[in-house]
Formats: sequence, structure tokens, C-alpha cells
Amino acid sequence: MAKVIIPTPLRKFTENEGSLNTDGTTIQDAIKDLTEKFPELKKHIYDDSGSIRSFVRIYVGDDDIKALQNEATPLKEDSVVSIIPAIAGGIK
Amino acid sequence: MSEIQFSKEELERYSRHLIIPEFNIEGQRKLKAARVLVVGTGGLGSPLLLYLTAAGVGHIGILDFDVVDETNLQRQVLFTVDDVGKSKAEAAKIRLEKLNPHVNFTVHNVQLTSANALDIIKDYDVVADGTDNFPTRYLVNDACVILGKTNVYASIFRFEGQVSVFNYKKADGTFGPHYRDLFPAPPPPGLVPSCAEGGVIGVLPGIVGSLQANEVIKVVTGVGEPLAGRLFLLDALTFETRTLKLHKDPNTPEIKELIDYDQFCGIDGDKQNEKKIKEVTVSELYDMQVKGEDFQLIDVREPYEYEIANLGGELIPLKTVLNNIDKISSSKKVVVHCRSGARSAQAIEALKKKYGFDNLYNLKGGILAWANEIDPEMAKY
Repeated sequence: MAKVIIPTPLRKFTENEGSLNTDGTTIQDAIKDLTEKFPELKKHIYDDSGSIRSFVRIYVGDDDIKALQNEATPLKEDSVVSIIPAIAGGIK
Repeated sequence: MSEIQFSKEELERYSRHLIIPEFNIEGQRKLKAARVLVVGTGGLGSPLLLYLTAAGVGHIGILDFDVVDETNLQRQVLFTVDDVGKSKAEAAKIRLEKLNPHVNFTVHNVQLTSANALDIIKDYDVVADGTDNFPTRYLVNDACVILGKTNVYASIFRFEGQVSVFNYKKADGTFGPHYRDLFPAPPPPGLVPSCAEGGVIGVLPGIVGSLQANEVIKVVTGVGEPLAGRLFLLDALTFETRTLKLHKDPNTPEIKELIDYDQFCGIDGDKQNEKKIKEVTVSELYDMQVKGEDFQLIDVREPYEYEIANLGGELIPLKTVLNNIDKISSSKKVVVHCRSGARSAQAIEALKKKYGFDNLYNLKGGILAWANEIDPEMAKY
């Protein structure tokens, strides 16, 4: 089962779970699985046209899915998927 | 570089650098010759400025337009209680000059804007970005790309930190990936909470800002491998760290000029939306209470915020507002408030749009304005 690491800003939509397991065998399946369990996640990952939002990156292991096979990137049993959102914090 | 000389005091001060074989006096000379701009003197800026000053960077620019506030002291270790109310950039300079008299400082007590960014940044070799908002993040990035400067980036949220070295000039003269290769566009306002809304554990900017200072020193001295083309992630809660690859995105448009970053980040639209919503000021609310007017007060913050300070309003957190319309009066005047007025505006907007409420008033400036103008005993957060 691949593991998906949920970043802090999105944990309020996953009942505070920091990581979730998925049976999905591709990124597309894994995110579908995730957004079915936690529907509020969807609008934070996809835009209205169904593309991954411009302020979110998805990684498998240490590489960006854009450098792999995008949403068709296959997942193995031990794959670790990271969702990386833009965060702006610093001063305040 | 050999023209850079050190006094006896400097040689003694930097001796722990000089005896590192790969750093030695050459590394120290490069530090002394360097000009580094630190944008933001807050949570990240504090460790950045302290360590870069202690390490002997020759010229440091300190940029911040804000004043020191009580709520800063939980993590902004540059400042003391005596600094509250003073200019951050000026207070930082006074503190840092005591730490290392061999460093020259330039204070930029201004807000970085599209009008002044190129002029300020052009005089520096490296920029360290410790700002707290998306418009300034994109502005710093774009200015660095236009001017060919390295942008040492860090960002934090609650327990999580991100660090990278953007637009790093490689030996072959080409530049590494930058912020827009990672995030082409910012999230719309309201979708991602700010630190002021989401909170941050005080020591996190200390950790992450120190990593950022280390990268600045590596970039300046050429010692080690800077975090260019890589993104470092830290979750201080689980102590999981990841270092991910960053690629240049061929679809990233060429940056030729600076733009209106508030508009790019959708902030103008947000402000206009807030304007369309009816408002009451804190003094109007106070009058309504004193006169015993019949109205309902709703607080859309979270329960843990309510515990810090409250106005006795009915607590209906923003995300539950649409499921609790039976608790909201549709006949009498309803004043909705949050911490600063942004979430209550969102709540009113949503209630108007979905259920057609037209009796809702936003408390301008939220409970913070109340603490500032009506009740000085109330805790601000």
C-alpha cells in the first residue's frame, strides 16, 4: 500500500491525519481514493477544470510527477506520495 | 579576494571558521566581501540576521516596514520587550551592531513593492526571503530572476517548513529553478490560512531560518552544495524530513518585468468583496451594546481562539456556518466577527450567496480592533 503524506495546511480536511494509505496503483487512483474519503480535499488539489492546482505539487519519492508520468505515474507498495502546497509564512 | 584584510579582533572572532580546512580565511574573505539582503525581520529574519551578522557577512541589508508587536516575541528572538512599538528594521540594527561591530548595515524601513524592489535588490549579491505573504514572495522571486540574484527561500506553517535556493547561478552561467517553477501561481486568498490565522510553533522559524542562514553562507562562500534544484521539507511534529528534486519548468513564462502582485494574488478582488459587505465599527458595536439594542453577535473563529479572548458572541466556526443557519437570526441585525475581519467577511459572503441573508454586518477589524480601541485589557493574538 502506498503512503500519502498530507501537508499541515490540508490536515484539517483529513481529520488531522498526517499520512494515509491508499490502494491506488497510480497517482490518479490514489488521489481519487483520497478525495472520495475526504471530499473537501478535492478543491484544494484540483481546480475547476480538473487539473492539479498551480500552487500544489505532487511527488512520488523524491521526484515531481511532472518529471515522471504525471497523474499516470505508477505507485508501488512502498511508494511515498507527497502533496506539497505553497505556504507563505515567515514574519507573522 | 586577497585585498580583503582582517584586524586582530576579527581574526580572533572568526577563528572557528578559519580552522575549518574547506572554509578557512578564503571563506571568511568571501563572507566579508558579500552583500546580503534579508527581507523580513520576523520569525525567519531573526535567526537569519543573528547568524549572518555573527558569521561576519560584510554588508547586510535589513528590510521591514513593520513595528515590533507583543505577539512577535514568542519567536522573533531578535527583539526584547523594550523594542515593542519600535521599527523592526531599526531595532534589529541596534541589536546586531552590538553583536558584531565589523558588519555594515543598511536599514530599508519600507515595504518592498514593484516600484522599489529592483532598485533595492540590485545592490546585493544574495537575497534571503523571510516574508509572510504570497505577493511579496512572488515579488522577491521575480526581482531576483530579473537581476540574476540568488534567492534563498524558506517558509513555515504551524510545524512545517520549506527551504530551497532559487535562481542559483551555476558554474556554466545558467540559473537553477525558481519559485515559479515550483508554484506557477499562488492560491486564491482564503484557501490557505496565513500564519497569523494558522499559527506557528515558536521554535520552528528558529530551526528553518538557521537552515536558511547556512544556505546563504554556502552560496556566498561556495563551500558545499547549496540546496539549489532541491526542496527541503521538515515536519517538526513527526521529525520527518524530505529533500525533493526541483526542475526547471519549460512552461514557466520568462519574467521580463515586475507586475501588480496584489492583483496577481487576487487580493484586490478580495478587498473589493469585503467592501460590498455591510460593516459596523467596534465603536458602533460598543454603542449598540450600551444602548441595549436588539441584535445577535456571532463569532466565526475556532473554539481555541474563543478561549484566548471573546466578545461573548455565539461561537459558530466559519466552516460550520452553512450547517448552522437555524442559529442565525434572519429578522434582526446580526453582527459577525472573527480575529481581524477576513473570515467573518467570508462567512457573510457565503450566507448571502447561498441563503440570501441581508441582515448581516461584518465587524470591521474584528476582535483585534476591539482590543485596540475599546478594551485595552483584552489579550491580542
